[in-house]
Formats: sequence, structure tokens, C-alpha cells
Amino acid sequence: MKVITVEACYAVVGVYLFVVAARIAGDAGHPRRRGSALFWALLAVTFLGGTRIPAVVVGYLVVAMVVLAATGQVARGATTEATREERVRDAERLRNRIFWPALLIPATAVIGTLGLGKLHVGDVWLVEAKQVTLIALGLGALIALTTALRITGSSVGAAAGEGSRLLQTLGWSLILPQMLAALGGIFAEAGVGETVAGLVAQAVPTQVPWVAVVAYCGGMALFTMVMGNAFAAFAVITGGIGLPFIVKLHGGNPAIMAAIGMLSGYCGTLLTPMAANFNLVPAMLLDLDDKHAVIKAQAPLALMIFAGNVALMAVCVYRF
Amino acid sequence: MIKLIGVLIIATGFALRVNTLLVVLAAGLATGFAAGFSLNEIMAMMGKYFVDNRALTLPIVLMLPVVGLLERHGLKERAEVLIRRSKAATAGRVVLLYTAVRQISISLGVNIGGHASAVRPLVAPMAEAAARAQHGELPAKSVAQIRAHAAAGENIGNFFGEDVFIAVGAILLMKGFFDAQGVTVSVWAMALWGIPTALIAFAAMVWRCRLLDRRIARDVVAVGIDKTEGAR
Repeated sequence: MKVITVEACYAVVGVYLFVVAARIAGDAGHPRRRGSALFWALLAVTFLGGTRIPAVVVGYLVVAMVVLAATGQVARGATTEATREERVRDAERLRNRIFWPALLIPATAVIGTLGLGKLHVGDVWLVEAKQVTLIALGLGALIALTTALRITGSSVGAAAGEGSRLLQTLGWSLILPQMLAALGGIFAEAGVGETVAGLVAQAVPTQVPWVAVVAYCGGMALFTMVMGNAFAAFAVITGGIGLPFIVKLHGGNPAIMAAIGMLSGYCGTLLTPMAANFNLVPAMLLDLDDKHAVIKAQAPLALMIFAGNVALMAVCVYRF
Repeated sequence: MIKLIGVLIIATGFALRVNTLLVVLAAGLATGFAAGFSLNEIMAMMGKYFVDNRALTLPIVLMLPVVGLLERHGLKERAEVLIRRSKAATAGRVVLLYTAVRQISISLGVNIGGHASAVRPLVAPMAEAAARAQHGELPAKSVAQIRAHAAAGENIGNFFGEDVFIAVGAILLMKGFFDAQGVTVSVWAMALWGIPTALIAFAAMVWRCRLLDRRIARDVVAVGIDKTEGAR
């Protein structure tokens, strides 16, 4: 038995999303009151219900959220932000104490990763060992919030309001990472990967050892860009190109191939809007007008690291 | 080949700037139908993977109330005060230092940082403040570049430090794949061979951060000249 499960964290998020929905529903001046409240309430249902709701029902709830977003029914309400003068005054009053909550989050992550997973009395474990990172993050957020409320002397309602304001700034793009992950799942079940691996293997003369390396690294990067996820690409491209050609045909070292192959996939992650949580959501969080600005900053890095990977694998994989 | 229709829809839809969620839904439906699934089967897959990937949304939602509260009470402003005291700080160096901390800590198995919990409230404002302390008021273009590079530093540190640690998802996934294929591969060897790329990635980031500092200096001068011309 586990005292704190990751489901508990999802439930906290679900309850909070309901609070956001309720706040919008009660906000008479909200430009899209009904649609926005419904959107956040539906998302809350998927977080609270999770795997207990039949998957097909969740699927239709997702469609409803997409329709609300696409028809412009999800908007942000008018909220009051603190003025710069207020913030500067608070910064002078609180001095470095304002950092404590922000630093408690990584501190909890460290302690959580090192210790939380091992705490148990008999069969009763404090947390799920597999999910310790997520749970430590959840605990960290709650501890940081409590501390922040004490330090700033704010009410819980004020914190809920600030969170709601930032969530509405993100709007429907908050669920984009989950949507893209779902699309990646459908791609995988439809066998898109096998098609891509087959095309690459046919089109490229993989009988030449270094060409096989280029095809494998390139396949990892390209397919990761399509799926938005290097993990999904790994099994497909390694099964379709890496194992049959680099390892079996040319006798390459599988550990070197896999390690550098996966990191070639990550170069693809840096380049694709499909990896929304890494590339698009940060652009929204940082108030950037160009939602592809992060990808543009990363593109030269990704190409350099990719070139380094190909060279490294070509030199090492058949030698060690 | 017909199965690749989803990829085509994504590419076209993103290029034409149709609502992204709608494009993704359309791509999922088209791919599902092309592979011979029924509507309800596709909806069930959509729902299953949507719920399975709640972990992607969880950190952002949990962090926002505390981040919003701290920002309202001057977190960014205080970070700016601190960074202005350091004479050596530049935007590029702040981003690079964060990348190093992120990469080293995650290679030891400790996952600190993140876009919502570190980059938005701390790293980006500190980098901006460092550039302001150096150059005075910044052009909007430079501010956007600094923020984008702060996010890039988070991703580079995260991605290319992670695989050096053996108990991480990626290494275990690769091990699981090879076990299923009957190929013996040591997790230690895979983690070890992640190190050269980790060094390449950091070196690339060093270059990128220096370039960022040079670009800021150049753009500040360019905007300054525009202003003086306008004044004349």
C-alpha cells in the first residue's frame, strides 16, 4: 500500500482546475464565461476521473475541449496585475526571503529523489517508488505554496487567483502536450513508424557501414520530430534500421549505437513543435510573441550536436 | 504510405496556422481511419493516451499558483537587484550557468528546474537583468532572444545530462528494448557513451551563449543609433 500516490497529485490538480472553472463561472465580466468555465471543468474531470472514466468517454471529452478552443470559446478574463511599484516595494520589504519558496521546490526534489521512495513501515510505503519524481514535485509545490503564503502574508484565495490568471494566459495550449502525446500514441498503433523505417531502409544504401550510421541517426531525429518523442522513435528506428544493419549486418556495438542514437533523437526534439511541452509551452510561459522562438534559438544547437553525434558514432560504433 | 497522412496534416496545419488542437485532432482521426480503426476505437486511444500523459501538464498547473504569488510580490524585481550586484554577470553567462547546474544535477539523478518553476520566475528575469545592468534599456528583440535562450538552456541541460544517469527512463527503455530482442547490453556502457554527447552539447551551449551576448551588444548599439537619428 502507498500513502501518497501520483493519482493524489492528479486529484489535487483536478480540484484546482475546478476552482479555476468556478472562478470563471462567477466572473460576470469574463468575455467567454460559459465556454471557458466548461473547458476548465472538462479538463478537471479528466484529471480527477483519470483511468476510472472509460477511455472512449475521455476521448469525446477531449473532442469537446478541442471544439471549444477552436471556436474561440476559451478566453482569458480581465484580471488585475500588481503594478511594478507594488512589486518593487514588496521586493524591498521581503528581500531574499522571497526566494525561499522558489528554492524549496528543487530542495524537495533532491530530498524526494534520494529518500522518499525508500520510506516504509512494513508493507505501507510513503510514496510510489516509480513515481517519486512527480510526487516530490507535487509535494514541493505544496510546501512552497504554504511557505509563500506565510512569507507574503497572502490569502489562499490570492494564490488561487494568481494561478488562475497564469493558467488563463496559457489557455488551451496547456493541453497541447497531452494532445500531441495522444497523437503520437495513435501514430504508434497505426504503424506509422514501421512505414517510415521501411522507407528509410529502402531509400538508403545501408550496406555501407557509415551510411547505416547516418540513416540511423537521421531516422531517429526525423522520426522524433514527427512523433515529438524520442522514446517512441527509439523502438521503431532501432528495430527497423539500427539492429538489422548497424549491429547484425556490420557488427556494431549496440550500447554505443543506442546511447548516441537516443541522443540524436533528442536533437529532433529540440526542433519540433510536436514536443510542445519543451518548445511551445515555454514560449507561452515567457510571453514570447513568436511561439517558435525557442525552436529557433535551439536549431543551430540541435544541428551541431547532431553532427557531433553522427561523427562520434561513425568513428566509435564499429571500433569498440 | 497512406498512414503518413497524419504527418502531412500536421505539417500543413502548422504552416497555415490553423488552431493547433484542431490540427492535432484531425491528424489523429485521419491516421486512425487510414489504419482501419473505427471512430470509437480512435476516441478510446485518444482518451487513453490523454489520461496516461497527464504528467506532462501536472508540473505546470501545480507550479503556477506559487509562481504567480511570488511574482506578484516582487520575485523578478528582487532577482534583478541581486544580479545587478554581480559585475561579471551577462545574459549569456546566467543562461550558461543555469544550463551547467541543470545538466550536472540531472546527470546525478536529481531533477531540479523546469520551464514553469525555474526558467520563468528566476533564470529569464536574471538573464534580462544582467543584460540591462550592462547595456541599459534593451530592445524588444533582445528581450525575446534572452528568454528563448533561457528556455533552450533548460532543454539542453535536461536532455543531454539525463542519459548519463543509469536509473533514468531513457536508459531503462533502451535496456528493455534490447532484452526483448535478446541482445545483451550493459546499462553502464550506455550511460558511459552518453558522456561525449553531453560534453558536445555543453560546448555548443557555450558558443551559443557567447553569441547571444555579442548579439545583444550589437542590437543595443543599432537601436541606440536609430534613437539618436530620430532625435535629430
